[in-house]
Amino acid sequence: MELTRMTAAELIAALAGGEVSATEVTQAHLDRITAVDDRVHAFLHVAADSALAQAAEVDDKRRTGAELGPLAGVPVAVKDVFTTLGLPTTCGSRILDGWHPPYDATITQRLKQAGAIIIGKTNMDEFAMGSSTENSAFGPSHNPWDLARVPGGSSGGSAAAVAAYEAPLGIGTDTGGSIRQPAAVCGVVGTKPTYGGSSRYGVVAFASSLDTPGPFGRTVLDAALLHEAISGHDPMDSTSIDAPVPPVVAAAREADVSGMRIGVVTDLSGDGYQPGVLSRFAEAVELLESLGAKVTEVSCPHFKYALPAYYLIAPSEASSNLARFDAMRYGLRVGDDGTRDAEEVMALTREAGFGAEVKRRIILGAYALSSGYYDAYYGKAQQVRTLIIRDFDAAFGQVDVLVSPSTPTTAFPIGERADNPMAMYLADLCTIPSDLAGNAAISVPCGLATDDGLPVGLQVMAPALADDRLYRVAAAVETALTGRWGQPLLSQAKGLDR
Amino acid sequence: MTTTTDMLVPFAAAIERYEPLIGLETHVELGTRTKMFCACTTTFGAEPNSQVCPVCLGLPGSLPVVNRTAIEYAIRIGLALNCSIASWCRFARKNYFYPDMPKNFQISQYDEPLCTDGWLDVTVEGGTIRVGIERVHLEEDTGKSLHMGGATGRIHGADYSLVDYNRAGIPLVEIVTKPIEAAGANAPEVARVYVTELRDLLRSLRVSDVRMEEGSLRCDVNTSLSPRGSGVWGTRTETKNVNSLRSVERAVRFEIERQAAVLDAGGRVIQETRHFHENTGTTTSGRSKEEAQDYRYFPEPDLVPVAPSRDWVEQIRAELPELPAARWTRLQAEWALSEADMTALRNAGALDLVAETVAAGASPSDARKWWLGELARRANEAGTDLAGLSIEPAEVARVAELVVQGALNDQLARQVLDRVLAGEGTPDEVVAARGLAVVSDEGALTAAVEAAIAANPDVAARIRDGKVNAAGVLVGAVMKATGRKADATRVRELILDRLS
Repeated sequence: MELTRMTAAELIAALAGGEVSATEVTQAHLDRITAVDDRVHAFLHVAADSALAQAAEVDDKRRTGAELGPLAGVPVAVKDVFTTLGLPTTCGSRILDGWHPPYDATITQRLKQAGAIIIGKTNMDEFAMGSSTENSAFGPSHNPWDLARVPGGSSGGSAAAVAAYEAPLGIGTDTGGSIRQPAAVCGVVGTKPTYGGSSRYGVVAFASSLDTPGPFGRTVLDAALLHEAISGHDPMDSTSIDAPVPPVVAAAREADVSGMRIGVVTDLSGDGYQPGVLSRFAEAVELLESLGAKVTEVSCPHFKYALPAYYLIAPSEASSNLARFDAMRYGLRVGDDGTRDAEEVMALTREAGFGAEVKRRIILGAYALSSGYYDAYYGKAQQVRTLIIRDFDAAFGQVDVLVSPSTPTTAFPIGERADNPMAMYLADLCTIPSDLAGNAAISVPCGLATDDGLPVGLQVMAPALADDRLYRVAAAVETALTGRWGQPLLSQAKGLDR
Repeated sequence: MTTTTDMLVPFAAAIERYEPLIGLETHVELGTRTKMFCACTTTFGAEPNSQVCPVCLGLPGSLPVVNRTAIEYAIRIGLALNCSIASWCRFARKNYFYPDMPKNFQISQYDEPLCTDGWLDVTVEGGTIRVGIERVHLEEDTGKSLHMGGATGRIHGADYSLVDYNRAGIPLVEIVTKPIEAAGANAPEVARVYVTELRDLLRSLRVSDVRMEEGSLRCDVNTSLSPRGSGVWGTRTETKNVNSLRSVERAVRFEIERQAAVLDAGGRVIQETRHFHENTGTTTSGRSKEEAQDYRYFPEPDLVPVAPSRDWVEQIRAELPELPAARWTRLQAEWALSEADMTALRNAGALDLVAETVAAGASPSDARKWWLGELARRANEAGTDLAGLSIEPAEVARVAELVVQGALNDQLARQVLDRVLAGEGTPDEVVAARGLAVVSDEGALTAAVEAAIAANPDVAARIRDGKVNAAGVLVGAVMKATGRKADATRVRELILDRLS
């Protein structure tokens, strides 16, 4: 079998059995990147040399019988928001062009400890602000299902890389849906773990109270394997939860929903939802019922305020988090010609270094936090956040998990929403409530939309620290649907077949 | 910067017409081993930018983690200042751009401080004033800018600036007083004594080395004036850069004189930050608060709330050392000293030294005598303070003990102290090495007495006639002959016995 078509679980087995070396696996993926990434543009930086060196190290260790991590030899595409020693980290922004961080993010370290091969840094909307990767300063990524369409965002590069077989696994961050939305529109699996379940140390911050690193895979089990490898308490992150990692891999293997209580969120449907998405979602719900789950309808009346609350909280935090990009210590510096003072250099650098969406959100956030407006905007949004948490609490009092479509629509054409921020923001309508509440959610492919033939994602949401339930449900859906289709959904992606 | 000379009203005249209202904000660098939010060390005076890491440099992706010892120190301070300790509080971000702020926001506390609503009693001439404490909160220090070139050392007019981030992230506690009213003409003194007593309190708590000259204790002084009888409080100014106790008093005094002149001329005091100048004792205008920046405070999302358990707070309370006020009262009683004597000891910085000397076995009067007498003179000659002398209280106690035992006389004791200060060793080592013990060999002393009588027959005759005061001449002769190592009292006894 072609190495790039294998899942992470299959590669782990083949590597362990000595059927293939980490160097061969890595080289195969590098070759694939060379073959297709000029069309996909999933990567901002391909780490060929360091990836091959890492692979050689894994092969050496295996030869000498040294201890190997659970992902030894498996390539991973890492969103360019994680700091990486020896590799650039740009966050898709001109302002960090050329920055080489002097330290590894906790997740970068854990990937290395697990033996995963960091094959490159992936494209993203600038500072994770966007739903299409069109806000990247380095040009958009393309959806492997249809290269004229967006791969979603902000972690669109990682989702596209996994969907295009450039890497079996990808790492992203989810702040308002930035893992689940691209996973859904690229036809792969993506998880937003419980907030605090995966470390933010070394994740260049967009919105601190929301940012959550998480995995991409082509299968539910692969996502679970990566989820487990990167999770767990980190003393470098105060908001990291000091609790055992939920048994996500075991749950993915069990794939059993019989007796589970599943709630359909009635508030996440209706106007603005693509009919072809809703019909696939309805089929998925019927499937779950047929697999033995007890399905009920659940109302979360405050979810309709989630989007506006999010667009006050996230920009507010971002306006402060992005203040450090001032040309003084690292990154771009503009106008330092000896005639200007520090303040002017800061202003000129920020003017030149940030893109339009980043500036829009900084201005929005600074306004929402300013004296006299704080209570009406940031303060009110935090109250809404509490109401959304209560909606979840009430719902999880009745059911074990909630389900909804992952996105209101399938992948939209590049350029279609680029000049319409409001239309772009709606792409995260279904995913934002879980971010605001800090609980866990996953997107798993549930078919192709009946109207446009593009992938549709089923979102499963679980209470904080019950991430294993996501995998149990997603794996059951995946198993049943793959059986029905006779092949993985992704094999129908034809964007690169030319 | 203002270059015109401010008009002033003489202090007494200003106080006659206006009631001053003052308030103090004191920043204290805590003496924790590591910084507020990272594991970098906090050694003062290290090579610039050598005590830094991704966290205190605010590098993208880095995150703060609260130093538990800093919280403990702040609680200790809060308890010592009779504050309530919050059972739940948060850090907040104070957003503003400045090159020595690595993140362009400072992690501080805003509307949820750790300690609130306390007081500190301070003693000024004429009685005790209770200074209300509004709040005590924790924050991180900024880096330090050095503005090179230009005349003022400030950023404006500088050719370029250098930034040292070693100080960035050092834990700071900010202690804010409530407005201090009705101090009248005492206002400048109250300000100085408050800072003095606060400094002593912090030192006793062992939370900071509280050195104003090294910037580990920094003061901002707020001053406003109210026309007497008007009941209306005036606009306040905030004077920064007040870096010594004397400056605190001078800054308040100057602002009272300056503001009175402004008001007398029918002008209005501008709400602004002013800079104090040590060399002239004046203040000049800094940035105006009316165009003040909006700091856009909001709860720090990278940190979880701080919720000190009641048990922990009570444990810290139980472990508080004796505080200066209680200690003062106790020592005064134990030592049987007057308030004036105690004040003299404190003003000389000798309170701790005397206490330690007494603890090492000396009598309070001996300990006081040596520290305020001989040792104060040595310190003065050396241009240092008492604590700066290289002698331990236990060594002073040993010298006092040797005198009491008669092994040394005062003259020899002074020599021993000299040698100890010169680094020749402990008092016992000096006595042994230099042979500085009193001559107690009766035979040798008797011989010296006989020799002195033989050499001064007329003096001896007068003593025999009953003029015992004349014995001093013979004592002097014996002392000279023995190299001043004899016990003068014993010599006198021997002379009088021989000539009786």
